[in-house]
Amino acid sequence: MRLVLAEDHALLRAGMIQLLEANGFTILHAAVDAPSLDVALRDPAAQAAVVDVRLPPSQTDEGLRAAIAVREARPGFPVMVISQYVEHLYARELLASGEGAVGYLLKDRVSDVAEFVDGVRRVAAGGTVLDPEVVATIMARRREEPLDRLTPREREVLALMAEGRSNAAIAARLVVTDKAVAKHINSIFAKLDLGTAEDDHRRVRAVLTWLRA
Amino acid sequence: MTEPSRARLTGYAAAQLLLGVVALVLFVLTVTGAALMVVWVGGLLLAISLPLTRLVADAHRHMAAGVLGLEVPRPYRPVPRHPWHALVAVARDPMSYRDLAWTVWACTFGWVVALICVLELLAVVTWPLWWWTLRPKMRARSQIDLWFLATSRTEKLEQRVQVLTETRADVVDTAAAELRRLERDLHDGPQARLVALSMSLGLAEQRLSQEGWAEDPEGARRLVSDARSTTSAAISDLRSVVRGIHPPVLADRGLAGAVQALALDMAVPVTVTAELDGRPPAPVESALYFAVAECLANVGKHAHAESATIVLTHDGGRVRVRVVDDGVGGAHVDAGTGMLGVRRRLAAFDGTMSVSSPSGGPTEITLEVPCDLSSPRTTPSSGPG
Repeated sequence: MRLVLAEDHALLRAGMIQLLEANGFTILHAAVDAPSLDVALRDPAAQAAVVDVRLPPSQTDEGLRAAIAVREARPGFPVMVISQYVEHLYARELLASGEGAVGYLLKDRVSDVAEFVDGVRRVAAGGTVLDPEVVATIMARRREEPLDRLTPREREVLALMAEGRSNAAIAARLVVTDKAVAKHINSIFAKLDLGTAEDDHRRVRAVLTWLRA
Repeated sequence: MTEPSRARLTGYAAAQLLLGVVALVLFVLTVTGAALMVVWVGGLLLAISLPLTRLVADAHRHMAAGVLGLEVPRPYRPVPRHPWHALVAVARDPMSYRDLAWTVWACTFGWVVALICVLELLAVVTWPLWWWTLRPKMRARSQIDLWFLATSRTEKLEQRVQVLTETRADVVDTAAAELRRLERDLHDGPQARLVALSMSLGLAEQRLSQEGWAEDPEGARRLVSDARSTTSAAISDLRSVVRGIHPPVLADRGLAGAVQALALDMAVPVTVTAELDGRPPAPVESALYFAVAECLANVGKHAHAESATIVLTHDGGRVRVRVVDDGVGGAHVDAGTGMLGVRRRLAAFDGTMSVSSPSGGPTEITLEVPCDLSSPRTTPSSGPG
């Protein structure tokens, strides 16, 4: 898979390139600031992007803005956003377009190489991968409709879905069978009125509903 | 400001004629009350005469301000609620003595000036005199009123120096305390974790340099894995230290965006309305951000609220932030160090915090800081919290 990488810190950039290439990705462009990222994202050969939130020249949230912009120009273009800190607000903005194929992780999650690489693959495949820290702040909220229709167990399942876990991984985490997880997920889809669309799409929609509540 | 008409000036003079008599009565009451302070009747007399004197003086301040086209603020020190403390505070306020001296002027020479102004109108033949000399006479009378009743430039400067000395001491204390907290956070968090990390790596190195390590690859792997989780913990500690210094979202999005981010992290729904056409200076933004964070922390901890609202506005050269919740109320500035810290931090920018929190709610906290906004910067919009 051909990736665009944006990371201004030379050491981290070299590390990321090494890590991603060792796991079968091709780094098409390695951008160092917002203008070079804009150019790189215009390359039609790019299949996904891994972008740091804070980039030169203003060292604020250029990477996030670029990620949102590229998804306006190329709807559904997979972007994994990484940052030294995560904000619920930014997760919401990234997902505002209503499509999946978005990841938003703390930079230090990269240290768990297998999980990070898996996350990038899931995003590239159209999934949604949110950092457990964002998920935790959302879990702490007391919100009404439509989430109060979910049982505590279903909320747990939904939180793990937001982190981008597969059914098997959710089952392992909650120590239940795959079948039980599938049942919970169907019940969540039904309670959130997500109809009978394709499963992947419904997963993204369920996470979005949860994030917006 | 347009000058008041002659009719209005004559009206003022008539009012001063009446109030001059009141001033005489108040002067007598006050002096008698002070003389009788040894018996309780004196205190009672003063408790009546002093507030009334202030009322009459305020009326003259208002008239003089109108005649001269000036702004004349109320120069009194704050008065506590408790009646006895209030009496003591009023007695200690230098302005009370100037009020008293002013009553003498207002019922004697000042009264005569007002009388002449009114008589010149009533005695028909003196109309030309009234027409031409009313303004200078009323201006002179107002100048002398204000000489008694308004604080002079020097006094204002003295008061300002007093305020600045106090807030500066607070700022220095707060900054020193912040640095101590920072040092402690770094020492107990990331520093300790990095020491643990280097120990894990040292052990792994030792293990790998020993003969026959290849027979126990699992042991070496475990040490490296420990080192990795210690690194994650150190990064996480550093992140919370950084948030305490200057939250990155504040740098990215300014006050409105950062408050929105705070609101999203609350357990209860918080609606944020921001009507700011730009950004306040960075230190003000930071002070207001931490103030709002403190208010929201209290909403979460004590208010038992169902929802809260935050409104950010800027008008008349002041940024105003209102935090309202529908909780149980009963919040008090002096109740916790947090709110007191907020008040001190805002005072460094001549900002204020007022709390209205009747028992049973709702609680409304208003933060105000005088400042200008810099030019706006576009930010992506986001929905309500």
